[in-house]
Amino acid sequence: MATGHEHTVKAFDQDIKQLRALISQMGGLAEESIRDAMIALQRGDTKLAKEVRAKDKAIDAIEAEVEKLAVRVIALRAPMADDLREVVAALKIAAVIERIGDYAKNIAKRTPLIHATDGERIEAISLLPAMAQMAGDMVHEVLDAFSARDAEAAIRVSERDARLDDFYDSIFRTLVTYMVENPRTISEVAHLLFVAKNIERIGDHATNVAEMVYFAATGQYLADRDTDTAEN
Amino acid sequence: MTQVDFAEAADVSAIPAQTEAAPKMSARGVNVFYGEKQAIRDVSIDVDMDNVTAFIGPSGCGKSTFLRTLNRMNDTVASARVEGEITLDGENIYDKSMDVVQLRARVGMVFQKPNPFPKSIYENVAYGPRIHGLARAKGDMDQIVERSLRRAGLWEEVKDRLNDSGTALSGGQQQRLCIARAIAVDPEVILMDEPCSALDPIATAKIEELIHELRGRYAIVIVTHNMQQAARVSQRTAFFHLGTLVEYGETDQIFTAPRQERTKDYITGRYG
Repeated sequence: MATGHEHTVKAFDQDIKQLRALISQMGGLAEESIRDAMIALQRGDTKLAKEVRAKDKAIDAIEAEVEKLAVRVIALRAPMADDLREVVAALKIAAVIERIGDYAKNIAKRTPLIHATDGERIEAISLLPAMAQMAGDMVHEVLDAFSARDAEAAIRVSERDARLDDFYDSIFRTLVTYMVENPRTISEVAHLLFVAKNIERIGDHATNVAEMVYFAATGQYLADRDTDTAEN
Repeated sequence: MTQVDFAEAADVSAIPAQTEAAPKMSARGVNVFYGEKQAIRDVSIDVDMDNVTAFIGPSGCGKSTFLRTLNRMNDTVASARVEGEITLDGENIYDKSMDVVQLRARVGMVFQKPNPFPKSIYENVAYGPRIHGLARAKGDMDQIVERSLRRAGLWEEVKDRLNDSGTALSGGQQQRLCIARAIAVDPEVILMDEPCSALDPIATAKIEELIHELRGRYAIVIVTHNMQQAARVSQRTAFFHLGTLVEYGETDQIFTAPRQERTKDYITGRYG
């Protein structure tokens, strides 16, 4: 949707640019949080897990800044058409990224609980990084799509969500089987189930962002996608 | 906006279907020339009673020129020539049999600067009905004056001083007096050419509220430079540029998701 034309009022371009920069910065932090939370989980690195929790505060602070700037732009610049859609999308995307940050934090918080039993490593953990990688990539690509106003890229991201859901289903079955076979590990593996669910939710949120990017870029709503994943 | 493709047709797909009734006024293939210079190129548009139609566009885009073709105000400009067809209830208003004075009673106009006659408030409103012979008795005229001032939202402010001069009113009141004057002859269409550009925000809000109240009773077409005003008062918006109708559609669509690049550049302030 970028026309290449600048606004006659240059300060308006500055505001929009700053809004985009804040969203990118926030998205970058959220991606890092997902990655670090998974590393912390695998290694039982409680120090890194703590850092993830600190990062979540930074994400929250940027969200507040996005909100302030978006309200200011609406009040002072009266944005129209694609400008208006972009500001509204930025406002909503910021809230979604904040949620993604919360899920990363939630994963990080489970690190000490999963590594409560000394010495023993739960093999099932090794399944999760690939899934987290997939969700992290979706977050990364949807934010690239936002920067580039690329509706097609947004559609591609939203289409990947089904694969992430399948991944979740297969991990769910694997973890349940693992618990049946190793009843001693039930309390830890139950936490892993929640981790997998958190990752699945991150994918859903990336899809929400994709819908907003599509709307901002085209002015139309991406047809409601069937989300048959149960909320639990 | 450097290159302009005149071949780029207006987005007629955006014109809302006229489901309820036939359009009040229809323009088809209208061209307007001032001498050699073409000011309007092939404009086709419908306006109806149920919706306020706003014309927007940069200075010199032809929106006021086009508005004036709707009640033949351009007749008063010697060099102006209008081609194409404009109908009011299916009747060609440029037909030789059309009485222009009658036409302008049916299609009234409110201008940018309030222009009350230097007469009493009462006489300002009564003038039109009197020359059109709409009131048989003094009582009838009093009724017309009161009704018109009420509809124009001015009655309460002036009912005790109807004999004061119209020019003694504030700018906003004068403009509402002009609207009352237009209403007094019971028109079907009201054309407004930048009716609020000389008014302060409160007087502007009163006129906008008035437009809202008059909607449905009259077909209203408003030309405005103020896009927020177009967004606030109209249900249909037409964007003019360099004499062409670039896009015509539902106001909320035009301001949230315009289909044409030129419309978008203009309403987002990227014009030029």
